[in-house]
Amino acid sequence: MKRLLLTGNGAAAWGARLAKAEYIPAFPITPQTEIIENLAAWIDSSEMPGRLVTLESEHSMMTAAGGAAAAGVRVFSATSSQGLLYAMEMLYTVAGWRVPFVLVNVSRALSAPITLEPDHNDVFAARDSGFIQIHCSTCQEVVDAVLLAYRLAEHPDIRLPVMVNLDGFYLSFTREPVTLPDQQGAAEFVGGFDPLGMAFRAGAPLSQAVAVLGGSQYSYFRYQQHLASLQALDVYDDLEREFFGRFGRSHPAVEAYRTDEAEMVFLMTGSFATKAGNAVDALRESGIRAGLVRPRLLRPFPVRRLRQVLRGVRGIAVIDQNLSVGKGGILYTELASALYGQENAPVLLSFIGGLGGRDISGEEFIGIARVTIDAIRSGSVPEPRLLYTADELRHIRKLQAIASVQQENHCRNHE
Amino acid sequence: MYRIRFHGRGGQGMKTAGRILGTSFFLEGFDVQDAPRYGAERRGAPIFAYVRASRSVIQERGVIRRPSLVVVADDTLAGLPEADVLGGQSADTVMAILSDVPEGTWRSRLNLDSPIVCIPRPDAIKGYAGQAMAGVCCAAVAARLCGSIPKSTLARAVREELGFLAPSVLERSLSEASRMFDSLAPYEAVVRDRPDREFSCDNPPGWVELFHDAAAVAAPVIFGGLTSRLLKTGMWRTFRPVIDTARCRRCWWLCSSFCPDSAIHVGDDGIPAIDYEHCKGCLVCVARCPVHAISAVPESRGVRQENGEEAV
Ligand code: SF4
Ligand code: SF4
Repeated sequence: MKRLLLTGNGAAAWGARLAKAEYIPAFPITPQTEIIENLAAWIDSSEMPGRLVTLESEHSMMTAAGGAAAAGVRVFSATSSQGLLYAMEMLYTVAGWRVPFVLVNVSRALSAPITLEPDHNDVFAARDSGFIQIHCSTCQEVVDAVLLAYRLAEHPDIRLPVMVNLDGFYLSFTREPVTLPDQQGAAEFVGGFDPLGMAFRAGAPLSQAVAVLGGSQYSYFRYQQHLASLQALDVYDDLEREFFGRFGRSHPAVEAYRTDEAEMVFLMTGSFATKAGNAVDALRESGIRAGLVRPRLLRPFPVRRLRQVLRGVRGIAVIDQNLSVGKGGILYTELASALYGQENAPVLLSFIGGLGGRDISGEEFIGIARVTIDAIRSGSVPEPRLLYTADELRHIRKLQAIASVQQENHCRNHE
Repeated sequence: MYRIRFHGRGGQGMKTAGRILGTSFFLEGFDVQDAPRYGAERRGAPIFAYVRASRSVIQERGVIRRPSLVVVADDTLAGLPEADVLGGQSADTVMAILSDVPEGTWRSRLNLDSPIVCIPRPDAIKGYAGQAMAGVCCAAVAARLCGSIPKSTLARAVREELGFLAPSVLERSLSEASRMFDSLAPYEAVVRDRPDREFSCDNPPGWVELFHDAAAVAAPVIFGGLTSRLLKTGMWRTFRPVIDTARCRRCWWLCSSFCPDSAIHVGDDGIPAIDYEHCKGCLVCVARCPVHAISAVPESRGVRQENGEEAV
């Protein structure tokens, strides 16, 4: 094992290299491009065997990924944001083919207005596609998750593509110390790709990705996809234990940080969760029993695990770095459905923040905890809060003035 | 924790500065985060990079809000609001600035009570080719001011980060880093490794209730024309084009046609004139002029010439 400084993009590329990906269909997009650059350089210098092919779009890239996986080849690919959405038709399609491969998504907020920095609307747009989703919060997790992802994807009970998500900028361009598994250990852990007889071979014709007419047949295959995804909950737990045994790092499906005796917890995904952990430490020092719960697996959604971890907690602040326009936070809705009807269910509060890379400050985490404690004590739950400060509003009003926006009679936020 | 921000312009090696410093801390056993912040990805545009280093696990993330050290590679950024060099500086933030303007002037200009370390710009970064060397120098500044990094470790980090360059460039980088490190001995460890947090539990979050605005306000529309005039992109220049009107043949105004920023205007007399408030210094016009009537002059000299402090 080697410890070195790596960006999240570098860690993702190392994951593909250590897993011995053989075929990489690629299309560049900020902030993912460095992954492809790394892999291209290694393949060019023969440090990594395999083929990298640039396609003309993410739609074609995803089709190529699915096609190659169907041919029995181990495939890796990566995209982000608009690219993921452009490939959306094929995401559902290749998942339906039941072909295993790993796709890294580097989260970036969606247009419009177009921007570069991260939030999770891109990856949540693919929530229902059939891909398994692992969400990372450190660069270390990225390389480890890619290895785990291949085992999950290729497992005979699952055989679905897996998406590994990391935040643009805050992970993709940020170097942190990462312990790289050695090549042999990684290869032993991941093993060879057994296509289970579902691969194209000359002289042994078979048809994959067949069409059906009729809801009954269609339903069978869709239900089976769902049941396979649910299998991944237990399989992930086993794999995660095996990974810990071999590499000494634990990545449970639901991470619980200082949840012992916790009265309130933050619940969120992605790299800003480490900031929540920082706030938890500060709150604990001041006598507030706070904790952090972070689902790593988003699909399948680890309902049982979440219920276990959240037992006894009296209030949950769900922080969504996404926005389902016209509804609210997606994670909040997911969690509410997981906890509805449970005995002594905690109060649930919703906070939307971190859109388009907007920071969530330490002061805001403390404020969120205070509002949550108040709700626990009073039993009255406030409306979802769109995190925004008076300073930010002043700034946008200034920009609107420059843009000659007529604000009279139109705005309620006059100051 | 040490929290360091490097401010410079695209092409001045700020990402490299962050990486060299990050690697130096890492080699000394620190937990580290280093990251560049990309914006307008173009030479000359303001850019910054940041480094966190701590003896314990770093949970903070994202842009540094309360720096313990700010290193400024290009003193023209100090007056540029969008560069936000002063962002989050407090009484104990050390500001190190590569500048030939004396410390006292900066102190009064910026009205700062906090420590300022003014470092004369090394000759190596003055020419066009030397721009990128600013990053190496800034990393050496930060290493010395933080005091936790021996010179040998700094050198090792320079080798690790710049080992891919030509041997002569690497050697020059090493000697510049070494010279800068040595020259700052009096400032050894003026920046402290403090066990603080970047936020205070006593400060309110400052939230505001956001209400619905009418669509004519809330759609991302710029109603006023020519707002790009308000953004003085002339600050991006490291080199400026200067037209020798005696040589200019008033051709088809190739310079004006090809200028990607529409920064060359042709007057009624047919003589092209450059709008230095918006010319970004790409030097496309220099390359295009068929009679070589446009030359590239280092920005600092261009400013002195403009002020009549130096002959043209
Ligand atoms: S350098 Fe020349 S071409 Fe480039 S922006 Fe300035 S005037 Fe225009
Ligand atoms: S391209 Fe050269 S010759 Fe032509 S108008 Fe411009 S400066 Fe004059």
